[in-house]
Amino acid sequence: MSDADAPTTSKPNASKIRRRDLLALIGTAAGSAVMYRAMESLSLAAESTYTGPIKLDGDPKGASVLILGAGLAGMAAALELRKAGYRVQVLEYSGRAGGRCWTLRGGDTYTELGGATQRCEFDQGLYLNPGPWRIPYHHHALLDYCKRFNVALEPFIQVNTNAWVHSATAFGGKPQRYRQVQADFTGYVCELLAKATSQRKLDELVSREDQEILLQALRGWGALDQNYVYNANLISGNRRGYDKDPGGGLSAVPIPSEPIALSDLLKSGLWQGLLPGANYEFQTTLFQPVGGMDMIARAFAREVGDLIRFNAKVKSIRQDERGVSVTYEDTAGKPATASADWCLCTIPLSILSQIDMNVGAKMQAAINAVPYVPSLKVGLQFKRRFWEQDEGIYGGISYTDLPIRLIGYPNTGYGSSGKAVLLGAYAFSSVYGYEFTALSPAERIAKALEDGAHIHPQYREEFENGIAVAWHRHPGVLGCSGSWTDATRAQHYENLCALDGRVLLAGEHASYLGGWQEGALLSSLDAISRLHRRVLAG
Amino acid sequence: MRLRIAAALTLLAFPAWAQTVEGRFGSPARFVPQSGEGLYADVCQGCHMPGGVGAVGAGRYPALAADPNLASPSYPLTLVIRGQKGMPPFGSVLTDEQVAAVVNYVRSHFGNNYADTVTAADAKAAR
Repeated sequence: MSDADAPTTSKPNASKIRRRDLLALIGTAAGSAVMYRAMESLSLAAESTYTGPIKLDGDPKGASVLILGAGLAGMAAALELRKAGYRVQVLEYSGRAGGRCWTLRGGDTYTELGGATQRCEFDQGLYLNPGPWRIPYHHHALLDYCKRFNVALEPFIQVNTNAWVHSATAFGGKPQRYRQVQADFTGYVCELLAKATSQRKLDELVSREDQEILLQALRGWGALDQNYVYNANLISGNRRGYDKDPGGGLSAVPIPSEPIALSDLLKSGLWQGLLPGANYEFQTTLFQPVGGMDMIARAFAREVGDLIRFNAKVKSIRQDERGVSVTYEDTAGKPATASADWCLCTIPLSILSQIDMNVGAKMQAAINAVPYVPSLKVGLQFKRRFWEQDEGIYGGISYTDLPIRLIGYPNTGYGSSGKAVLLGAYAFSSVYGYEFTALSPAERIAKALEDGAHIHPQYREEFENGIAVAWHRHPGVLGCSGSWTDATRAQHYENLCALDGRVLLAGEHASYLGGWQEGALLSSLDAISRLHRRVLAG
Repeated sequence: MRLRIAAALTLLAFPAWAQTVEGRFGSPARFVPQSGEGLYADVCQGCHMPGGVGAVGAGRYPALAADPNLASPSYPLTLVIRGQKGMPPFGSVLTDEQVAAVVNYVRSHFGNNYADTVTAADAKAAR
């Protein structure tokens, strides 16, 4: 793969390195889905345990809660706790509610750590979601809040069979249609299995009776011909498409297309691009808020914005038997203190681990145990929707082994003749994510264009402007999301989530849905449920 | 007004990507640059910033410039390999040679003038 470009002179065993890289590539599988898996315990699906709106029955008798952070976790807690009768205040570092639930539009400016300021030059109505951009249908808590707040949703296309899968080192760098790679890969696997069955090589594994059923299934599943062969014909054409589509009238006869040779297909690695959409968290149907992800943040802010003190940088969190006292500074560095009976802290651990706080050794060790993964997103505005007009790609994602990893097409406004913004890079949790972060915003955009032009040569003519967000440079987060391993989860996760005196933590980092908004919400709802029980217990 | 037009024209140009660090984006599985300078520019400056000046937001990235914590080489060796708090561990994506090179680079630049150096063997021992 891209290892072909890498100098290997300092290594004694080049073939070994290539294999290691290949395995790692399979691990990263051209997208975030498998990397989530790699970081998370394999035994756990990204499933929401939400069972409906939270019910905090019982009188908290005027108890007060100080919430740190006005992302989704903090704002959901503020909403529900106030409703339950608590006195609530929220401190937020930035001047904006929503945290990583965030959308950049034309006219917005963004200053990252290091001082680089970008002004978003997108046209009216166009946007980039630098953080989360898709909502699985089974993220019930987030979807329920969207419903309660009347946040309009539209389909997010994960799998578009007419989008591309691409490798710089396969097929001369020419991208292949997802549809054809999928049809051919499935077809060949079915053909091979059918052969093995017919040659009685599966007799020890499958009964004769079941073999008959299996053969029928393989023929249908793989689009095989009557001889159980995957070939260029109208059967496979119905899967992979045709050289000439069926038409009407006199030249209507379809012409089948030739499958990619099996060996070329296997060596290309392009089958990896089929994997993300197969995962539970990316299966149909996914949603996106109409107009940008921050429609959710804005909806929460409409409910609880009056409780939030913005531009408040937390300096210390101290608790004793009577309550919690938090010192913070405004943008001018003026110190202030906020106090409450309890504290729900949603500050990312990348930051919280640097804040002076007197919690127990176990919680502190847990706070210190979670590094943050990198992530880079680049939004690119083009003069026209060439991916639709020239290539018939309406929404969805093309995958590549180039550092940009993928290109995400807008899942809205299909067929419009004007400008449009696509996601030109999403380097999540990989070496490439760190490398993009170390570049200036202008360099990140240039690299996204360089890579993307291999898939869409139209980039060179049609590009207008771009904006790049590398999450380790984000002043309010210092990373994308918490990176747990099985070992750190086993040692620290429960200690991170448990109530420590009067302090409780919440956020995506305190969930098994790392990096997902659903994780932030479920963590928050779980935390305030436990807090409420503790308060009622007196 | 003329300035404004110039700015607009700049925006419309197709910016060229220039490979300024040999080996950057060379592999999805490991960092390829071998020199300390190259590795610093490829990885470390993402957070610690060009020149090692660090940065401050809601939290901070420590400055590495004129950093007394670098007096003992074992401290940066361990940090690079194992990480600490928000700093990710890089031991699995850097060779012993690379770890030594970047530690030696940071300890001899940005106002740090530690004359002693570490070797790949030191990095291996610190794993």
